Amino acid sequence: MSYNMTNVLGILFANAHEESVPELTAKRTMASIPIGGRFRMVDFPLSGMSNSGMSRVGIITRANYQSLLDHIGMARPWDLARNTGGLTLLAPFGRNIDTGLFRGKLEALYSCLSYIKHSECEYTVLSDCDLIINPDFHNLVEAHVASGADITAVCHTDNYTEEDTREASCFNLSADGRVESVVINRAMAGKRTMDLNIYVLKTSLLISLVEELVSLGKYSLSRDVMQAKAGELDIRAYEFSGFYRRICDLESYYQANMALLDHCNLSKLVNSERPIYTKDRADAPAKYGFDSSVKDSLVADGCVIEGVVENSILFRGVKVGKGTVVKNAILMQDTEVGKDSAVSNIITDKNVVIGDGLTVSSSESCPLYISKGRTL
Amino acid sequence: MYNKKECVAMLLAGGQGSRLYALTKKVAKPAVPYGGKYRIIDFPLSNCVNSGIDTVGVLTQYQPLVLNDYIGNGQAWNLDRIHGGVHILPPYQTASGAQWYEGTANAIYQNLSFIERYDPEYVVILSGDHIYKMDYSKMLQFHKEKGAECTIAVIDVPLHEASRFGIMFAHEDGSVYDFVEKPKEPKSTLASMGIYIFSTATLKKYLTENEMDETATKDFGKNIIPALLANGEKVFAYRFDGYWKDVGTIDSLWDANMELLAANVDLDLYDTSWRIYSNNDSAAPHIIGKDAKIQSSMVTNGCYIDGTVDTSVISGGVTIEEGALVQYSVIFPGATVKKGAVVEYAIIGEGSVVGENAHVGAAPETIENKDEWGVAVVGNDISVGDGKKVAPKEIISESI
Repeated sequence: MSYNMTNVLGILFANAHEESVPELTAKRTMASIPIGGRFRMVDFPLSGMSNSGMSRVGIITRANYQSLLDHIGMARPWDLARNTGGLTLLAPFGRNIDTGLFRGKLEALYSCLSYIKHSECEYTVLSDCDLIINPDFHNLVEAHVASGADITAVCHTDNYTEEDTREASCFNLSADGRVESVVINRAMAGKRTMDLNIYVLKTSLLISLVEELVSLGKYSLSRDVMQAKAGELDIRAYEFSGFYRRICDLESYYQANMALLDHCNLSKLVNSERPIYTKDRADAPAKYGFDSSVKDSLVADGCVIEGVVENSILFRGVKVGKGTVVKNAILMQDTEVGKDSAVSNIITDKNVVIGDGLTVSSSESCPLYISKGRTL
Repeated sequence: MYNKKECVAMLLAGGQGSRLYALTKKVAKPAVPYGGKYRIIDFPLSNCVNSGIDTVGVLTQYQPLVLNDYIGNGQAWNLDRIHGGVHILPPYQTASGAQWYEGTANAIYQNLSFIERYDPEYVVILSGDHIYKMDYSKMLQFHKEKGAECTIAVIDVPLHEASRFGIMFAHEDGSVYDFVEKPKEPKSTLASMGIYIFSTATLKKYLTENEMDETATKDFGKNIIPALLANGEKVFAYRFDGYWKDVGTIDSLWDANMELLAANVDLDLYDTSWRIYSNNDSAAPHIIGKDAKIQSSMVTNGCYIDGTVDTSVISGGVTIEEGALVQYSVIFPGATVKKGAVVEYAIIGEGSVVGENAHVGAAPETIENKDEWGVAVVGNDISVGDGKKVAPKEIISESI
């Protein structure tokens, strides 16, 4: 069977799982959560789609999408500003559904069904924005086409804790890699195959599933398709074995950022063969002052550091004053820490200002979150 | 007219920059990196955009590949416009033959038809050789107020340096009465910055006349400006008193980078009201590793620093391995300094590799004969083998 990647439609769910990190999504979508010093969560699937040769991507939004609109703009950084196709933001209420705002992914897809039909793409890739990952959708689609499966689902098999599986779907697979049944949101420790919520299927199948199930009042992709149709449809698992992290609460967000301090992890995630693109801001390079001391940190352009920074992530434009010590911290864009302060185990959202001579800290297991724009 | 512009900029970017030696072997001078994430041409291009000039012709001739690729469609500087925007203008063939650009005036003359497409009242002539922030719209305002035919931006330079520049003599009101190109015994300190605003008709007239003169060198400083003055045209000097740096030599390029690290920087790259734009590949923030020591330096996205960096400018995608020492140096994009290597008072070219325990450059205080000291240079895309030495002042353009 022949296909080419321009014939594959990408659909991203910008809001999926955002209830798991209420602090970070109070004023933004899951897709627009800042991560890794200069990226947003949506950059990972979006760059993956662009790098894989896909030329038509729709991002389904539900609410709180101002920051996402601002980030995406014309989609030029991802090379998705195209005459035909390119990136389309799909706002809710694209088509009225009886239940008002969509309740699940099936209703969400139903509300933009005309966009999907109009794309005339043979295949569709669906993805959430809760993974830090550099996905190769070309390999995925190739495997899907070769296997002749109805749906191919990306998964990762590992020894998980109860915490990991509490808010996730796990597959039970047959010997030949077919999904036989699906367990949703049950806390189970041990070796499991976790659904990463990235699927590829024929667009025609997607349309018929959405039309059929929504007319029956069903709305959940994971329950009403993956779980309910596991026996009926040929659903194959596609094991992803590269570097990735899933954001399922504030702690996993903190840990995922810290994982990028390891040069190995970062270069697996962001490399010149498969870049992760993001909106640029024309910052000057980071500047280190006369008495600065920095180690084990990820520092973005535009930072001005005059103090001590260890084991921390500094987003664009962060300022650390003289005599200040920053440890185990994530300081988002334009955070300013004054002179002679000590901050540790904290996450500051954008534009937080911490004054002079202050001590702000928390325990290592439970980073303190300081919301956007606050002044301490 | 749909395409009509009040003012169009012409940026002379064809210079070889021969005094940068190995650094401009395959790159035109305006494409030479500066300040970690910039290239020299970012300054005039960003100045244009920030001054409200949205139509820029970039005249290229010498080694244009890197420059062409870098400028692309101009999007990085917001110069991808439906009308106007940035245009690369290489020499081209016509029915009457083909000709390289011979001198700055001839380069503009050959592109008069580009200027005419926009029917501008004024043309700004710029060069791609200097680091500075300047609001050309203020200079244009001055040009209009004075009713000038040509306005030349000038800057006060120390008397002992004046012989390197074109020197202006102006009355108190700014009107220029004399001009001397690189005088041996300068009597004025008003140096031309190579930035001209012309009223278009005057520019066309003098360029065309200059072309007819077979003895002319077809250069603005040598021919056009003297001709304007000889004919009594209204030529004015526009004083500029900000930071302005010619980075045409190894020493001045190194100096200009080091000046960015001073406590009180004269050139503020962090000022968001006059951003300097640049075109860079998408990269992660830089990692400062466990064994790193870093101070008084600038570091760009995509770097991995695990060695010691002091008083240096590190461009994007540079790797400095554990145990390496880089001080008082400028490292161009994508270069690598391996374990145990020492790089001091040096410029390392793009993509070059300094091998393990190699030693490039030396501190001036360690050299007895000061004449032997200078900034060491490793050219682009070459390697310095493990344990090899590059002496101070030495410039290498082949791998050793």
